[in-house]
Amino acid sequence: MSALLEVRGLKTHFYTRAGVVKAVDGIDFTLNAGEVLGLVGESGSGKTVASFSVLGLIDPPGRIVEGSIKFKGEELVGSPVSRMRQLRGRDIAMVFQDPMMTLTPVLKIETQMIETVLAHETVSRKAARDRSIEVLRRVGIPTPEDRIGAYPHQFSGGMRQRVAIAIALLHAPALILADEPTTALDVTIQGQIIAEMQKLVAETGTAMIWVSHDLAVVETIADSVAVMYAGRVVEHGPSANVIGRPAHPYTEGLLNSIPSRTTPGKRLNQIPGMAPSVLNLAPGCPFAPRCPYEQPACAEIPPARNIGPEHMARCITPLTRELT
Amino acid sequence: MTVFLIRRLLQTLAVLFAVSLVVFVGLYAVGNPADILLPDDATEVERQAAIRSLGLDQPLIVQYGLFLKNALSGDLGRSFVYNEPSIKLILARFPATLELALSALFIAMVLGFPLGLYAGLHPGTRMERAIMTGSILGFSLPNFWQGLMLILIFSIGLGWLPSSGRGQTGSLFGIETSFATWDGIRHLILPATNLALFKLALVIRLTRAQVRETMPLDFVKFGRARGLTERRIVGVHVAKTIAAPIVTVIGMELGSVIAFAVVTESIFAWPGMGKLIIDSINRLDRPVVAAYLLVITFLFILINLVVDLLYTALDPRVRLGGKS
Ligand SMILES: Nc1ncnc2c1ncn2[C@@H]1O[C@H](COP(=O)(O)OP(=O)(O)O)[C@@H](O)[C@H]1O
Ligand SMILES: [Mg+2]
Repeated sequence: MSALLEVRGLKTHFYTRAGVVKAVDGIDFTLNAGEVLGLVGESGSGKTVASFSVLGLIDPPGRIVEGSIKFKGEELVGSPVSRMRQLRGRDIAMVFQDPMMTLTPVLKIETQMIETVLAHETVSRKAARDRSIEVLRRVGIPTPEDRIGAYPHQFSGGMRQRVAIAIALLHAPALILADEPTTALDVTIQGQIIAEMQKLVAETGTAMIWVSHDLAVVETIADSVAVMYAGRVVEHGPSANVIGRPAHPYTEGLLNSIPSRTTPGKRLNQIPGMAPSVLNLAPGCPFAPRCPYEQPACAEIPPARNIGPEHMARCITPLTRELT
Repeated sequence: MTVFLIRRLLQTLAVLFAVSLVVFVGLYAVGNPADILLPDDATEVERQAAIRSLGLDQPLIVQYGLFLKNALSGDLGRSFVYNEPSIKLILARFPATLELALSALFIAMVLGFPLGLYAGLHPGTRMERAIMTGSILGFSLPNFWQGLMLILIFSIGLGWLPSSGRGQTGSLFGIETSFATWDGIRHLILPATNLALFKLALVIRLTRAQVRETMPLDFVKFGRARGLTERRIVGVHVAKTIAAPIVTVIGMELGSVIAFAVVTESIFAWPGMGKLIIDSINRLDRPVVAAYLLVITFLFILINLVVDLLYTALDPRVRLGGKS
């Protein structure tokens, strides 16, 4: 199968007054058509910046300084704004983290959906509106023909996120970037939305990058997983391998801190310390200060190592034992 | 809605009552109009007769009571100087002032909104700095000085535009206005510009601040992620978002522009209320001054009401009363 999205050596830096923020500092991952990739990492590890980089939506003072993003074989880094605009929303759609902020408050849902259709296709407003109603129905908005005339503030958070998902689905894109779409929602709604998105992308054969700081969620939805730490992908591979046999101590730490995975009564193993700031990062493996297996050799940035088929980790002593 | 209007009406009456009291006492303290109205060689008998005929021999409280009683029946007294109902004098000059004020606000909006939008969208550019420096000058240079400069340059220097008087008026939809004749418009340009300069700076700064506050919001980025053009995002999403606060502030300014027209009308000999009031103050023509201040107060209140209603119409969140 040929790759739908291939990211190689991507670096996105922000040139702030305080210094260079290396939010994304050399990441690689591959995503096949119809697959779901879980992008996991603590807050601040660069997941959102990585997603926006794919869409070419990095605003100054940030920019992509290096690397390649190939979508269906086409290089996106450095491609003209007009071309990126064609792809955005049509071939690659995005769902944002906070549904309360993503829709324009002063415009009706109708207006925002119709304009999205018309941005990429020449159809009548009526046809655009009918399609919008259909998609709203698919994402579980009751009586969409009435609700489409409402303003965003007339919806609850969960319903707004459904509307945002519907907008992402309007053009049946090949790829959806879902940036923590359930983080801002109640737990019960979270489960529903995850299940529904999983169903929707499976039905339509849409590939998806599911960004999350929660490995437990990713485990249920993703075919493969990329674990980010301080702007780098430290482990990447099929879900079953990464979660079943984590090779990087950070992945192991994340897994150990999921409550449902540890034996009841046993103390949760939190990763000690804090994620480092990506502003003026110290040289060497960024996880070393928190790593239980730290060695002198960790003072150098470890290269990516193949652990198994399509499974790589950036660690000089990849863990090879089964997780118990 | 009805309750809202009734409450506003009662508030209006209370404010008008308070203002009338302050105005009346204030004017009483300023001086005796008889001293100014009578020729220097008037005898004491003539003087007493004049004072009696003007009702100035009564105690303050009685004079005020009489004033209130007449005011309630729509009679704000007769001008000592013109011997005509003062309200008639003021209303006769009101159209000229309103025309000037509305033209000024229109100029301020039409120039200020695009300039502010540009400045807000291109921070740090040379053009932005030029616009902002210009607006500081607009704020800080005295209005009368700006007026004199306008006359010096466009009237005396270049000889393009007349600098004094209202010019020829004509009838447009049954209203006597300068807009009906070319001569009238030519006469209007300089005074309206003078009055506009003062508010232009305000519109520029307000628009720029609103744009800079709105552009980083998620919905702008979401618009881009959907493939909308920058034109659509700024022209519809951002413009509509900032319209409500800007229209509100500008609307509120109409009252102060009408009040500030006093200076402009004096410089350009514009035959409006402002010029009348300056003349009346000089001649201690109490009823005219009192009527003017009450009319201005009433206008302020009316404008606030209209602006409130307008804001409700522009912002759906207010109109529908929050979450449903
Ligand atoms: N516009 C920006 N200017 C400066 N730094 C930024 C900007 N956007 C993101 N960053 C920094 O990049 C890092 C990664 O951010 P982000 O991708 O949002 O993390 P995540 O989504 O994984 O929580 C953070 O340290 C953040 O402070
Ligand atoms: Mg994020």
